[in-house]
Amino acid sequence: MRDTIFHILFVWYPYVCISAFIFGSLIRFDREQYTWKASSSQLLRKRQLFWGSNLFHFGILFLFLGHFVGLLTPTALYTLVITPEQKQFVAIIAGGVAGVVCFVGLTLLLHRRLFDARVRQTSTYMDLSVLVILWVQLVVGLVTLPFSFAHTDAHVMLTLSHWAQGIVTVQPVDAKTLQGLDWPYLVHLVLGMTIFLIFPFSRLVHIWSAPIWYLGRPGYQVVRTRRPLGSRGQPGTYTPAGE
Amino acid sequence: MKVRAQIAMILNLDKCIGCHTCSVTCKNVWTNREGMEYAWFNNVETKPGIGYPKDWENQDKWKGGWRRKSNGKIEPKIGGKWRILANIFANPNMPEIDDYYEPFTFDYEHLQKSGEVQAFPTARPRSLITGERMEKIEWGPNWEEILGGEFAKRSKDANFEGIQKEIYGQFENTFMMYLPRLCEHCLNPACVASCPSGAIYKREEDGIVLIDQEKCRGWRMCVSGCPYKKIYFNWSSGKSEKCIMCYPRIEAGQPTVCSETCVGRIRYLGVVLYDADRIAAAASTKDEQALYEAQLSIFLDPNNPLVIERARLDGIPDSWLEAAKRSPIWKMAMEWKVAFPLHPEYRTLPMVWYVPPLSPITAAAQAGKMGIDGGMPDVKSLRIPLKYLANMLTAGDEKPVATGLERMLAMRAYMRAKTVDGVIDENIARRVGLTAQQIEDMYHVMAIANYEDRFVIPTSHREVTQDAYELRGECGFSFGDGCLPSDSRPNLFGGVKVKNDKPRMGAY
Repeated sequence: MRDTIFHILFVWYPYVCISAFIFGSLIRFDREQYTWKASSSQLLRKRQLFWGSNLFHFGILFLFLGHFVGLLTPTALYTLVITPEQKQFVAIIAGGVAGVVCFVGLTLLLHRRLFDARVRQTSTYMDLSVLVILWVQLVVGLVTLPFSFAHTDAHVMLTLSHWAQGIVTVQPVDAKTLQGLDWPYLVHLVLGMTIFLIFPFSRLVHIWSAPIWYLGRPGYQVVRTRRPLGSRGQPGTYTPAGE
Repeated sequence: MKVRAQIAMILNLDKCIGCHTCSVTCKNVWTNREGMEYAWFNNVETKPGIGYPKDWENQDKWKGGWRRKSNGKIEPKIGGKWRILANIFANPNMPEIDDYYEPFTFDYEHLQKSGEVQAFPTARPRSLITGERMEKIEWGPNWEEILGGEFAKRSKDANFEGIQKEIYGQFENTFMMYLPRLCEHCLNPACVASCPSGAIYKREEDGIVLIDQEKCRGWRMCVSGCPYKKIYFNWSSGKSEKCIMCYPRIEAGQPTVCSETCVGRIRYLGVVLYDADRIAAAASTKDEQALYEAQLSIFLDPNNPLVIERARLDGIPDSWLEAAKRSPIWKMAMEWKVAFPLHPEYRTLPMVWYVPPLSPITAAAQAGKMGIDGGMPDVKSLRIPLKYLANMLTAGDEKPVATGLERMLAMRAYMRAKTVDGVIDENIARRVGLTAQQIEDMYHVMAIANYEDRFVIPTSHREVTQDAYELRGECGFSFGDGCLPSDSRPNLFGGVKVKNDKPRMGAY
């Protein structure tokens, strides 16, 4: 029974989440772009947002990149530079600092969303859920830190990264290898995958649209032209003008 | 040279009576939806006053418009691209809804359903955001109506710069004027420049600035970028919205709703031709007071055969070139120079222009202490200080505004001589640099202001740009969310708002 549950949670469930994440995002982008937005509530309430939003976003971006690089870099690659033990030490320290930064920001945001009437009343249930889930996930993530200090030989880190790399390369490892892990790791994994599952149905889709392309816009202005019928190109394409 | 056409507007403030018909008709058509109750694409402010949102002209505070760097280039005052992106998580230059006002309704039901009470039942305000009771309404789109509020607060008006303003707080010296405001559909729009998504764009064919509701991601930098604060963040949809210059009407050759319904007939709409290649140079002019002239210099004479030839090559239809020749905008802003851009120092090259208001001559002039020049009072003796108008319309340069006002006074003197005394006095025209014929034309366009002279709007040529077959079965105009808003039907992606999940009492 325990084996089956682990198999479902750590071999099947990841693919359910990845599928929902990718296809949900594509369908929403294709059919419902009007709903695709950051859903800022800054207009309604500035208070707590400067620190809350900035700390949260910088913290979580760092954490996301850290997880991405940390879990998916092949062991053979990084061992050219550092040992797994050193890598775990770096991960604990960097992740811990970013986690605390993110925690402060996220707690401010959650407080603001729950207790400011303007923000609360104009939230969707999904807005509330996403914040709560992220907060719990972050707390569980921070709870793993003392557990990690208990085993500095990096074997947990290696187990986790082998599992993640197995999922991504569609060669999932046997879920039994995860059975020895402490509960915070397991909760963190399941909740993490769940975030991908709800991603396309929440405001999180704004992450896809991080407007980095703005930096590459020639000049500042955007002019749209309606090309005459029969000319090349679709109506509504960009003709960037100078600043 | 690249010739482009723009539908521009002029408001003759000399005739504005501050009735707010423009604001109300606009609101009823475009912004009577959840999330936009607080937004007025058009509002009328009484000046002097700090306006709506509070203190919008104070760019030290809001950082709207453009900044000229030491290398002669311009960038949005809120910062260049890196800085804008760095501020994306919490925009430090964005007004809060209280700077506009918290939208509200009244408990009308209470008037009918109240039991027997000692005090007369009243309909008290209730927030449209939270649904909670509001004790006090603190601001609005015309809060300082007819000089409402203390002078100490109203005199924070940025247009008082360089003016000894204290004396205008005295009852005898007080002055006022109305300023109807809408999106300026700028040639160098700062909102477009500061939108990281590239969702805001200027239409090449008529210059109308629009926000693509599908592409807007709600990063809200445009709200800060626009120095006129005419971009509104829809708190319900999470997207920015703005005045659309009633483009469905303009395309059909009809005036905008605000213009059509203006009872004072103060609004003018027409085509102007300009050289798009000279926008950047004009907007980067070093001296702020030279920006008005710089903007004038990029407009092209629609009667010049070379301009017409070039415009045809750039794809401007003949009907538009004809309209440009009859354009009231060309006549008032460029030929007679009686209309001026609003705050040219923002470097946005705005395209809604204003004829400054004449005002009663002051008591000092009436008592013979100040100059009356050949039946025409000196514009310096008008009640509204010249400097105040200049701060608003020409970055503080009094000369062009004085000339404009003198020409309007000359028109009155000339027509008075003609109709009352039966004398054609060409000297009056000559003294202000015009011909008698020009004065007659001015009178016709500005005083008589017939419908067909105020609105010279060519229909758009959709037939050459869009295949109508592709449009079949569509729902026509929508606010960006198809034929029904996401909130009003089950939608996996839209979500239900906490407040909308409760049963609603009475009419919304």
